[in-house]
Amino acid sequence: MNKVLLVIKREYLARVRKKSFLLATLLTPLIFPAILGVFLWISLSDDGEEALKIIEVVDDSGQFFLESNGQHAFSYSDISAEEAKSMVKEGRRFGYLYIPPIDLTDPQGIVYYSMKNPSMGFVEHLEKELKRKIEEIRLYDSGIDPEVISSLKTDVSVQSITIEAGGEEKVSVAGVNYAIGFVLGILIYTFIFVYGTQIMQGVIEEKSSRIIEILVSSIKPFQLMLGKIIGIGAVGLTQFLIWIVLIATVSTIVMGYFGMQMPQQQALEMANPEAARAMAQSSDFVHIMQVIQGIDFVQLVLTFLFYFLGGYLLYGAFFAAIGAAVDSPSDAQQFMFPVTIPLMASYFGLFIFILDDPGSNVSFWLSVIPFTSPIAMVGRASFGIPAMELILSMVMLIAGFLFTTWLAAKIYRIGILVHGTKVNYKTLWKWLKQSN
Amino acid sequence: MLDILTIEGLHKYYGVQPALTNIDLAIPKGCIFGLLGPNGAGKTTLIRIVNQIIDADAGNILVKGQALSPRHIKDIGYLPEERGLYKRMKVGEQLLYFAQLKGLSAHQAKEKVKFWLEKLDIEAWKEKKIEDLSKGMAQKVQFVATVIHEPELLILDEPFSGFDPVNAEIIKNEIISLKEKGTTVMLSTHRMDSVELLCDNIAMINKSYKVLDGSVQDVKNEARSNTFVVKLRNANGAVPERSWGLKEEFGVKRFKIGLGEMAPNQLLEELMAYGEVIGFEEEIPTIEEIFIGKVKESEHE
Repeated sequence: MNKVLLVIKREYLARVRKKSFLLATLLTPLIFPAILGVFLWISLSDDGEEALKIIEVVDDSGQFFLESNGQHAFSYSDISAEEAKSMVKEGRRFGYLYIPPIDLTDPQGIVYYSMKNPSMGFVEHLEKELKRKIEEIRLYDSGIDPEVISSLKTDVSVQSITIEAGGEEKVSVAGVNYAIGFVLGILIYTFIFVYGTQIMQGVIEEKSSRIIEILVSSIKPFQLMLGKIIGIGAVGLTQFLIWIVLIATVSTIVMGYFGMQMPQQQALEMANPEAARAMAQSSDFVHIMQVIQGIDFVQLVLTFLFYFLGGYLLYGAFFAAIGAAVDSPSDAQQFMFPVTIPLMASYFGLFIFILDDPGSNVSFWLSVIPFTSPIAMVGRASFGIPAMELILSMVMLIAGFLFTTWLAAKIYRIGILVHGTKVNYKTLWKWLKQSN
Repeated sequence: MLDILTIEGLHKYYGVQPALTNIDLAIPKGCIFGLLGPNGAGKTTLIRIVNQIIDADAGNILVKGQALSPRHIKDIGYLPEERGLYKRMKVGEQLLYFAQLKGLSAHQAKEKVKFWLEKLDIEAWKEKKIEDLSKGMAQKVQFVATVIHEPELLILDEPFSGFDPVNAEIIKNEIISLKEKGTTVMLSTHRMDSVELLCDNIAMINKSYKVLDGSVQDVKNEARSNTFVVKLRNANGAVPERSWGLKEEFGVKRFKIGLGEMAPNQLLEELMAYGEVIGFEEEIPTIEEIFIGKVKESEHE
């Protein structure tokens, strides 16, 4: 045990002392927001600078008048379809919308022409506008006063509250929980890959520089492997703790700033009744704040740390075994398959099933199977997980990493002493069966 | 003399392929023991088993009369054939790490690092990384890493491979001086000249079997074939009919002749009748010749 501590210490110090560790630790929390910021900036400047898109409408039914907005202007020049098309080709119009004389009970044959593929958002916007118009016309046709129709328009937002087992009620906004699950899931995914690769490279370094034989004459291969995995995991944890402290500090400052601003903003809205829309937005903001306050961060962080460690240990053992089986990182590719596939599966499962419906059957299985649970569970963590499921998943994960470590150790202790042999899955299977 | 290492009935298989078959060895304390054998004979397997890197399938290994166990790691120093150091680690830290892995306390390890660096006059390297050292310097550090915990038994697998002649000489002298201090050295090597110069005892392994062992003197004595090399100067050019390997140089005939049932003096008298005997010496095979002979012998079987 003493020797495992020695290995942990060496692995930890060798990495933490590097300048690249300090740089990565300090820069990563800045890089992600920076990239996000750049995207935001590009998309904003896109909207701002681009000229108004003029869309020619040829309305043979004569019933539609579409309102222009900031991005799209609808022009009704009463020209023929051919003329409109050629205007689009010449670039004088962004697109052209053809509305045939249609039956309002079954509106068919509306076509939009343009040089560029229209964005999904724009087509949706068109459909929504047309639908609203048709509904309005049909309501009007059935004898309802337009005044009544316009007074019927309402904006609705549903506030969702989850009832805890203890009877506690929490405001929840799916978007916020989605964002938290999304970020944590990706963090674990990235961490397993980044630190798993470090384990693999560390093992390959010891193998290819032939230090390994000196090491294993002093320490059992299993102890060496364990020491390396734990040592590198400790580096990851250190990085995390630094980030948590950084983020906590920054967000406290930011929150403090917003907290000061809020009353002023509200006062402004009170005084200015025209700012009803802004009011709605601010109530969204209040909701989000309520949700964030409602999340049990201690539980979230603890869940995250558990699955981070569990997932890391589970896959770390695999990475160590792969490193032991090959002579150089380029040979490792062929064995990455069993590691990549379950990780990718949990990554896609996170987006397709878990964040969409955390309570579904697929979500349940993804968060119980140890190979997918580290990413799946943190994706669900902020939505709240039933205690029994959490316990089952945790026990499975512990059993899972004990199993993979046992399996990997069998490959590791033989692989580290094999040089220059072409290793394939058949060889690995032989090693697994070999007693020593 | 007490044996520091005793091996009894050792078997090791890789799958169905035997790597070691019924090996018995005794290495007396304080000697230099040479382990010989062609590539793939099982030397490295034997050495790895003694170093507890792999386990034997059957047989006993005793260190100073006690069954080999992890507590003996401290007593054994091992320089593998394939060796290396952490390139980006400082010399001092590296030695400290290896010494502690061998079981020294942090305090002891620090003292030993200081001692050895001073002894070899390389204190200036302490804060240098291995990648900044020349190959020869790195090999010196590697040797220190092997002996830093001052083991009673030093196992060197092909210690001279990869060393240039100057550094090989340094290592050879280090081995001799360690032996003088009472360290037992077990080395495997292909360099037969160094075997004859260094080793007190040898064992030869071929195709997983031990084919020979004993002191260098006994091994050589046993391999004597009672053949004499004769140098003869005569006018008529006649040589005994049962001689072989005749060569002539500067009018001197050189040939080999078996002693047969005769005593050496009788043979000499017989030869004197042919002319003037200017050389008469028993042919003693070198370890290399014995080695090649044994390997060839087993190939015919």
